[in-house]
Amino acid sequence: MVEQKLKVTLLTGRTIEQGVGKEKGKASKEYFNACSMCYMDADDMKNLGVKNNTNILVTTPDGSVVLRAVKYPRSATPGLIYIPYGPWANAICSNKTTSIGMPSFKGTPAEVQAAPAEKVLTMEELLKSEFGR
Amino acid sequence: MTEVIIKNGFVYDPINGVKGEKMDISLKNGKIVEKVTHNAKVIDATGLTVMPGGVDIHTHIAGGEVNIGRMIRPEDHVKDTVAKTAMTRSGTGYSIPSTFVTGYRYSQMGYTTVMNPSMAPLEAKHTHEELNDIPLLDKATYPLIGDWWFVLEYLRKGDLEECARHVAWMMDITKGYAIKIVNPGGLESWGFGRNVHSIDDQVPNFCITPREIMVGLAKVNELLNLPHSIHLHTNNLGLPGNYSTTLETMKALEKVPYHGKPVAHITHLQFSSFGGDGWGNFKSAAEEISNYINAHNHITFDMGQIIFTDTTTMTADGPFEFTLYQLSGHKWVNSDVETETSGGIIPFHYKKNNAVNATQWSIGLELALLIKDPWKMMMTTDHPNAGPFFSYPRILAWLTSKNARMATLKNCNKKAQKKSLLPSIDREITLYELAIMTRAAQAKALGLKHKGHLGVGADADVAIFNINPETTDIARKYKTARKAFKNAAYTIKDGQIVVKDGEVVGHADGRTMWLNVKTAEPCRIDEEMKSKFKQYWTVDYDNYPVSDHYVKVKDPITIKASV
Amino acid sequence: MSIIKSVTCPICGCLCDDIELTVEKNEVVKVRNGCAICESKFIGYKGHHRVKTPLMRKDGKLVSVSMDEAVHAAAEILANANYPILYGWSSTSSEAQRVGVELTEEVGGIMDNTAVVCHGPSILGVQEVGIPTCTLGQIRHRADLIIYWGCDPWSAHPRHLERYTSFTEGRFENSEWKAFMQKLKAQAGQKKLESAARIEIGSTHPKPQTCTVPGMPQSMNKSGRKLIVVDVRKTMSAEMADYFIQVQPNKDYELMQALRVLVNDGELDVDNVAGVPVEYLKDVADALVNCEFGVIFFGMGLTQTAGKFRNIEVAIQLVRDLNSRTKFTIMPMRGHFNVTGANVVSAWQSGYPYGVDFSLGYPRYNPGETTCMDVLLREENDASLVIASDPGANFPKKAVENMIKHPLIVIDPHMNATSMLADIVFPSAFVGIEVEGTAYRMDHVPLPLKKVVEPPKGVLSDEEILTKILEEVKVIKSSSKKSTKKVEA
Repeated sequence: MVEQKLKVTLLTGRTIEQGVGKEKGKASKEYFNACSMCYMDADDMKNLGVKNNTNILVTTPDGSVVLRAVKYPRSATPGLIYIPYGPWANAICSNKTTSIGMPSFKGTPAEVQAAPAEKVLTMEELLKSEFGR
Repeated sequence: MTEVIIKNGFVYDPINGVKGEKMDISLKNGKIVEKVTHNAKVIDATGLTVMPGGVDIHTHIAGGEVNIGRMIRPEDHVKDTVAKTAMTRSGTGYSIPSTFVTGYRYSQMGYTTVMNPSMAPLEAKHTHEELNDIPLLDKATYPLIGDWWFVLEYLRKGDLEECARHVAWMMDITKGYAIKIVNPGGLESWGFGRNVHSIDDQVPNFCITPREIMVGLAKVNELLNLPHSIHLHTNNLGLPGNYSTTLETMKALEKVPYHGKPVAHITHLQFSSFGGDGWGNFKSAAEEISNYINAHNHITFDMGQIIFTDTTTMTADGPFEFTLYQLSGHKWVNSDVETETSGGIIPFHYKKNNAVNATQWSIGLELALLIKDPWKMMMTTDHPNAGPFFSYPRILAWLTSKNARMATLKNCNKKAQKKSLLPSIDREITLYELAIMTRAAQAKALGLKHKGHLGVGADADVAIFNINPETTDIARKYKTARKAFKNAAYTIKDGQIVVKDGEVVGHADGRTMWLNVKTAEPCRIDEEMKSKFKQYWTVDYDNYPVSDHYVKVKDPITIKASV
Repeated sequence: MSIIKSVTCPICGCLCDDIELTVEKNEVVKVRNGCAICESKFIGYKGHHRVKTPLMRKDGKLVSVSMDEAVHAAAEILANANYPILYGWSSTSSEAQRVGVELTEEVGGIMDNTAVVCHGPSILGVQEVGIPTCTLGQIRHRADLIIYWGCDPWSAHPRHLERYTSFTEGRFENSEWKAFMQKLKAQAGQKKLESAARIEIGSTHPKPQTCTVPGMPQSMNKSGRKLIVVDVRKTMSAEMADYFIQVQPNKDYELMQALRVLVNDGELDVDNVAGVPVEYLKDVADALVNCEFGVIFFGMGLTQTAGKFRNIEVAIQLVRDLNSRTKFTIMPMRGHFNVTGANVVSAWQSGYPYGVDFSLGYPRYNPGETTCMDVLLREENDASLVIASDPGANFPKKAVENMIKHPLIVIDPHMNATSMLADIVFPSAFVGIEVEGTAYRMDHVPLPLKKVVEPPKGVLSDEEILTKILEEVKVIKSSSKKSTKKVEA
């Protein structure tokens, strides 16, 4: 079976859980739960065969990362995914600063596919795999 | 135990009536003394002019508004960079220098005391943090209270004594030095985008007029025995024909009981001396204004002299800055502060070939030259509004030399040349009068007993310039004079040489002065304030005052009020 | 046990200063008035992620060392570096930031702060066109039209509405809290009815709302404060709004320009801009022009999407245009509690708000050239000091990769992502909990931060650590007789 991929627009940003988690400590469970996840549109998830709270692989020209997919509760957001700020988001976000020092953290293209068997890396594992420390 | 003796200089000390006599000045432990021992360090001032350190009564150098000005004008800084040296920190100019550069440049011109004239009380901590980073100068700052809700409410009730107690409280907790009033009534009106247009307009929502605010606060000033008078930026500033508002304002202030001390200081008077009724027939009203001031004793003023350059305007007069934005379309900052004041910033380029700007340039000088008593007139540019402070030597040249004025005037717009009174004014300010306009009068108006003079007991703040009054005619040799005033031969702060031949050679933090106003009943204010705080401000009462933590070198002055 | 009132919360740009803490045996045990993030910090800051001693990487592992050894090693790195970056600054006091500028100047490096990935574009926009703004109290007293554009205060600035905007009492405007609660009750009631109806019909899930933009609702005609939220998706803040406008991603610039045309009495040739029908935009323009006092708060939705600082520029120009018709202001929602202070201190000491390069002996500023992200991506730096921030977690991967190719010094209370990658780690005390200091609110109002408990033994403040490093740098430089290159300005 061909792996179905969905082209989306990637947004990264704050959530209140990410805020609460970062104050507890970046190595805390709360931070891990808050930031290693990705909000998706309910219909997009259905079409891609992704169940709520299962893992997906998100890929951009800058990298790929496994995250836990969560249905966005407040409205339909077809074609949009939202990943809270943190090391998981930064594994894939664009570094293009467009000559002003600010990377393009929102509104860049990405691809999503189901990855229920893949594991979400902890922050330590992620940093180790990316930077060797 | 540092002793210094400045030998044989031509001393100008107007407060003590010294008019260029050759004499020695003795310094010990940071003060002027009668005499010193033979161990004293000798500064040979033969052939040099010796004056008290300069005092600037009005210069925007620190605080929230000044700093936003810095932030929005990187193009202003890139043309004027200052490298770090072993003695000095790096920084930038041009019209809004960074804090270290501000201190160095003032000191290089022989200044030792400066007054930051606009401080929003809510942002007072910021002002003091910046003042701490201005080296080599003593400083103080004026809280903006002309449109403070408590002032408006108590004056409307007619309760002068309660108003006075609140003003004393405000002076103390912001560590301020004088009552600053800007476009009274206009700033609160600007909260909803409106303005006042005469001194008898009603302020929306507060049922009070600018006249009542100014007269009320002048009376409060008397009740509190503050060393300076109210410091006033008039209504309708910057608008053609506004001289009539200025005259009405000064007449209104005649109502305030006069006890031998001026009741108001009108700042940057040039901007309030406009005639005509539009930009087309714009003209000077310096004659009308100076005639009034010559005939009355209750007003002092400072010039606000225009310099032809690209500078930055910044005032608490939000509506005026908006008018400038509408005229120029330039980048515009508006910064209203809850419960207290408004504010605005816009870059401005004063041009010689612009008829209005050239007339403005003439107005400032006409005012200075037509005033008979130099003790009423102080030299400023309302830095950076009319020009950067390090242009002062240019102004000194224009004041002391008709040739200098004419050389500049002949390059100005032709219409402005025709209208200018300067060709008909021959007066050339003498060195003695200069010393009054740049230090003695300022210290006197501010009530600074230990500044602006070289009598025994004064602070050992001295400026020595490369001008020999016996051999140099500064009216003819104005370029030499300008150069001498730009780079002092010596600047001495608290008895220590900090500048030599225009170079910074020493370090001094400088003191921050403020008033500790003692009223008879302070406590009631605190209780009432605490309950009102939640309604009026978005900060807690506990977090509002400027604690001692915010002042690096403290110099509080205790004042006993009459309430 | 003691109760400390009027505590300033050291988390976000709201800088709420009405927090009440109960302290027992040098620990905060209760927090009153704070939001969830505030409580998380005051109660949770002492977690096991706290660094207790200075650390240095030896044989690939971070091991405990003495303060002196760490200070000397850090000072050596910075003094000998050609082009070091000193980055962060946003979660510490202005007192520490001042030492930071002096240290950066002394080592000839770049002083940059988190604004570079947050509201740096806003600063660039302001440097183009200025900014008509005010303090938050002006909003509280006067604003009858409040717009949140590209930001979600509910998530990032939770008490913003209750302290400064829709849900607060002002002198001239009242709180909309009661009206909002009534709306919630009505919505809950409606949801119950719908749920009951679905049970009847036999379906279980509510149909998700469609994403077409509705027309302006009736509630926008009420006399009290009105709230509009503009975003690419419906956030919690959008749910509280009287009117939610869903804009297509990366199209905020077009939407702003369209509003400018309408506000200036122009006509639009199209039916739809950025996914919003022009008919509805005309209503929005009317609402903008007819208010007594309006305000736009904006965030990363504008600074981080296509156009970046041009989005801010056009937003400010819209507000400038509106000032010819009514009173209107605009304000960036600053993230970290003292990022404003980092800009403010940097500006008063050097003239520039961030991305300040001291390598030639005088301050230089050219975003895109001297901003640390670009320096890192071009691999021009050869050492870094990171303080009061976490670029390891918040910078794109490539930038972090290049950062750790060279010595990395970190000053932070917690073991965060950057500390995990560092070569030297200094544990520091929490500003606003264990150390007093000053911070600047999003509207530039300075507030004092209190010390409410003692820091762990041996843990110093950022200011003290930086001062130690600075003094050691000066000693190293003078003893090595390296000449400081003096450049004629």
